[in-house]
Formats: sequence, structure tokens, C-alpha cells
Amino acid sequence: MDKNKIKRSMLGTLLPIRSLAKRGLAGWLVLFGGILTGTIIIMTLISPWIVPYSPSALLGANDPSKILLPPNSQFPMGTDDLGRDMFSRVLAGGGVMLQVAIVSVIACLVVGVPLGLFASHAGGLVDRFVSLIMDSIYAFPGLILAIAVALVLGRGVINMALSITVVYIPSYFRVIRSQVLSIKELPYVEAANAAGAKKRTVLSRYILPNVLPSIVVVATVNFADAILTAAGLTFIGMGVPASVADWGWDLSNGQKLLASGSWWVIAFPGLMIILLALGFSLMGEGLSELLNPRLEQGGK
Amino acid sequence: MIFILLTTVFVIMRVLPGDPVLLHFEKSENLQAMQQMRVALGLDQPLWLQYVNYIFGLFRGDLGKSMQDFSPVAQQIFSAFPATLELAIYSMIIAVAVGVFLGVQSSKSYNRPKDHLIRVFGIVTYAIPVFFLGMLFQLGFGVGLHWLPVGGRFDMSIAPPAGLNIGNLHLATGLYTIDSILEGNMYKFVMAFKYLFLPSLTLGLVLCGVFIRLTRSNMFETLRLDFVTAAKARGLKDSTVTYRYALRNAFLPVLTMMGLQFAMLLGGAVLTETTFSWPGLGSYLVARINFRDYTAIQGTVVVFGILVSIVSLVVDILYAYLDPRIRL
Repeated sequence: MDKNKIKRSMLGTLLPIRSLAKRGLAGWLVLFGGILTGTIIIMTLISPWIVPYSPSALLGANDPSKILLPPNSQFPMGTDDLGRDMFSRVLAGGGVMLQVAIVSVIACLVVGVPLGLFASHAGGLVDRFVSLIMDSIYAFPGLILAIAVALVLGRGVINMALSITVVYIPSYFRVIRSQVLSIKELPYVEAANAAGAKKRTVLSRYILPNVLPSIVVVATVNFADAILTAAGLTFIGMGVPASVADWGWDLSNGQKLLASGSWWVIAFPGLMIILLALGFSLMGEGLSELLNPRLEQGGK
Repeated sequence: MIFILLTTVFVIMRVLPGDPVLLHFEKSENLQAMQQMRVALGLDQPLWLQYVNYIFGLFRGDLGKSMQDFSPVAQQIFSAFPATLELAIYSMIIAVAVGVFLGVQSSKSYNRPKDHLIRVFGIVTYAIPVFFLGMLFQLGFGVGLHWLPVGGRFDMSIAPPAGLNIGNLHLATGLYTIDSILEGNMYKFVMAFKYLFLPSLTLGLVLCGVFIRLTRSNMFETLRLDFVTAAKARGLKDSTVTYRYALRNAFLPVLTMMGLQFAMLLGGAVLTETTFSWPGLGSYLVARINFRDYTAIQGTVVVFGILVSIVSLVVDILYAYLDPRIRL
């Protein structure tokens, strides 16, 4: 990695939001993704106050006519097989996924970043050993590994998040490692070492800031992946209990009802998952282009 | 590499807190039955011995006995494997075909609306949960239009394709589309294909985004190289230059990506199979999760891991074959 690139990536972390729109398509991607995810997060947060019905209220219990209603004026997104209001469930259903994603990203940052920094800086046998383990986890089908871990740990938000964490730590590790390996050979790090700076200082004050932009990109992609993995885990019945409103659960519930043509039970929750994952993906796409404009350069 | 992977699986499944037998029974009431099962499965032995047994068992193709019905897990996995393989092959073909085609189109109209549109399509496919796309297809082509079956692998009332039978020679791959051709039965081929179409389209579309992106950036660079300009200058047709000259050079990274994506594909296959009741490894895995059949799950996970390793090895060999520079 040359100096120019590092300079650019440092610039990337300092990007003010206002200038994003001026940075062409990539800027718009970040902006649009940010608005999309922001809206959904806010919607989920304030959902307890704006839902027309309780998301888990069984309106069909006393009134069978409210079961599996197509979208109408009273229930804009219809009702499911137990007479629950789909609109309320869509408003509130992102909570679990967002919690899982946030917890897993934080856990990945807490474990993956120091691990990557230390292993690659230490080099030698430590680096080789950790890399080997990380590579073998990385090569493994993520969802299947997450299933195995989730099965052992049991249900619940934290356990789901942990199983996703196990899967994604290697992504952080690899990105950080490859960056640290090139950065630590740069003259300014050598100078810091020669000046007698402590190892810890070199890592945290000199190397970490230059790795940060890449970490941000990995984290955004991780968010999108975590959402999809959480949805997948819930879909095959390893997620949260049925009493909690969740888009993934609605999808697996809606699958039974497909034969009756009740598209509304899956369409809206599915759309929400796509929008949320899309928001993070767009942000990741835009950010990685802003921080690593190799392709753009080729065009000039 | 495989060894590390197996160890990782073992550590996750056995050393992490959580007792398989306890999980299987869900409640810790029937202590005697639980102890019996522990002994039967060898879980009463010390951990290191379990580990040694597990590794040696693997070399003999022994994945332990199912906690559900006490039959050998390896056998069950072996019978479910062809279905997953067939789904994986066709999905990969669709993913690469769609991905490469759109990637080429995208790179040729770089930074124009068509390019942006294809890129957005790529990002959207990445964000769609594979089971949601599958259900939409089921709704559209199955429930709505009645064109294609919504689940299963073959018509239950008809015997599945038998493969080739000449005298004593019996040749069956377990891949229904190939077996039906070997049998020479076109009706069965069309039927196998009908059942296969929606699941592989679903999985293929979800995976094609990566190939779009990769082909786009590689073609973009290749199309600007001198030999492409030279070919154009000699008056060759545009499509010949693009597909015969440029794409051939931009294809190697796609091959590498195919290897890397294979792991992703297997993960997606689990969900796709569940959605379409496709009787492969993924459905087996999910069914066993509901039974809390610990040994079966561990065995399936191990087999998935070995599969990924084999594919990455094959890709490496192919790569050396296709790119003479590696061999030098």
C-alpha cells in the first residue's frame, strides 16, 4: 500500500456527511443507505407508541373473521393465521434482528480487531497459528457454522449474536492483518519504533488509525450479513420464541400459508428485511469505493 | 486445513457449554435414559478419548450414530448428498451465467445508466434473504400460475430415474437430470428439470451479485488492454472481441470466486432446501435440528466442511491448468 492510498483512506474517515452528495454515486450510496437504515431503526425504536394493535395480540381468538385477512382499510397489511395485525408486526418486527446485528458487530470489533492487530504485529508462530484457525473458520459455510454454534448455545438474542460473531471474526481478522502487515513496514512506523515507542503505542496510536477505514467497511457489510443470517436462523426455527414479533419468524410462519395464496403475510416482512440489509449493503458499497477508489482511477 | 476445521467443529460442538444429551431430552427428568444414551454414544468417555475416536472414525468414514434412530449418520448423509450436489451445480451455473453476462454488459457501458442499473440489481440480490426469494417464486410460478411444482425433487407417484442398466452394469449418479438421460427417459428428465428449476434459480440469483461485480471490474480493465484494441482494429465483431478475447482473460478471477462462493452456496442451499422441501443435506440438517439429533448435525457440518475443502482444492488445480503462469 502506498502513501497516497493511506492518505486517501484517512481522509475517508473524516468525510463530513454534507460533502457525501458531492462525491458522485458512491456518496449517494452511503447517503441513501444511511437514510434507509436510519429510518428503519427509528421506526423500530418508536414502534411501541405507533403500532395500531399489539403486534402479538391474537385478534382472531374471539373473532374468526379477522383471520388471514388480505390488506384492507382496517389492516393495511392484512392479518396472519392467528389474526395478528401484520402492519403492527412489520413496524415492530425489526427489533430482534437489529439487536442481534448490533451485539454481534460490537462483539466482532471487541474480539476481532485486537486479535488481528496483535497477531499480525507479533508475527511468527502466533500469527501463523491464529491465521490458520481464522482461515479455516472463514472457509466454512457461515450459516452452517452459525447453526452449529446457535444449537449448542440455545435460543435467544445474545446467543444468536454470538453465533454470528464466531462466523464473522475471521473477516475482521483478515482485513486487519493484511493492512497491518503492509503498514508496519512503512517508514513512519519504523521511525516510531526507532524512536523507542512502546509496542502498544505503535499499535494503537500509529497503526490502528490507518486500519480504521477498512474496519468501518467490514463492519457495515457485517451488519447486512448479520441481519440476513439472523433471519435465516429464525427461519429454520433457531431464533427467538414465537411470542416476539420478528420479520424472520413471520416469513417462516407465512411459508405454511403460501398454498392459500396469502402473499401479504410474507411480502411485507420480507421487504423490510431486504430494505434493512440493502441499506447496510449500499452503505458498505459506497464506503468501500470512497475509501478505496481503485476502480474509479482506472477510468481516468 | 481440513484437520484444523474438524478440530474447530469438535471444539464448538463438544467443548462449548451445552450437553448434547441434555439438549436432546430438553428436560433433565429421565436421568437413567440420559445416562444410557451417553454410554451408547460414547459421551461418558473423557474428552480427549472422544476426540481421538472422532478423528479415527472420520478416516473410516464413520460419523457416529444418529441420536434419533441410532442408524449410522454417514449412510443418511450419503443418501441425501446427491440432491444437494445437483442443486449446487445448477445454482452455480445459473449464478455464473447470469453474473458474468450482466457483468460484461455492465463493464461495456461503464458509468452509464445501464451500468448503474445492473450494479443496483447486484446489490439488491445480495440483500434478499434466499428463502424469501424462494417463497416469492413459489407464489408466482407455483401457487399463482401453476407452471412449476413448489416443492420436492420428483413426482412421488413415479419411480425416480434409475440411471444406466446394461446387464450387470449399474450406473446411477443420484443426480436425477443425469440419471434420466442415462435411462433415456425424456419425460423423467423434463420432470426432474421442472422440480429443479425454481430452487436453483433462487439460489443462483442470490449468488450472482458477486460475479456481476467481479466480472465488471475485471472486464473493465481487460477491455482497455492493447490486445483488445488490436482485435477491434482488425475488424472483428464486437461480440467476438468481448466474449472470445477479453472474457477469456477476465475469467480466471471468476473461477477463484466460484471456489470461494461455494461455501456461501452451501449455506444458501440449507435455506433453499428448507423452502422447497428439497431432500438434500440442508433439509436433513434442519430436520435433525428439530429432533436435536446432535451427532447427525455434527456429521453434516463436518461433511459440509470437507466438501468446501475439496472444492477449493479442485479450483486450485483447475487454476494451475488454465493459467500456465502458475505452473512455471
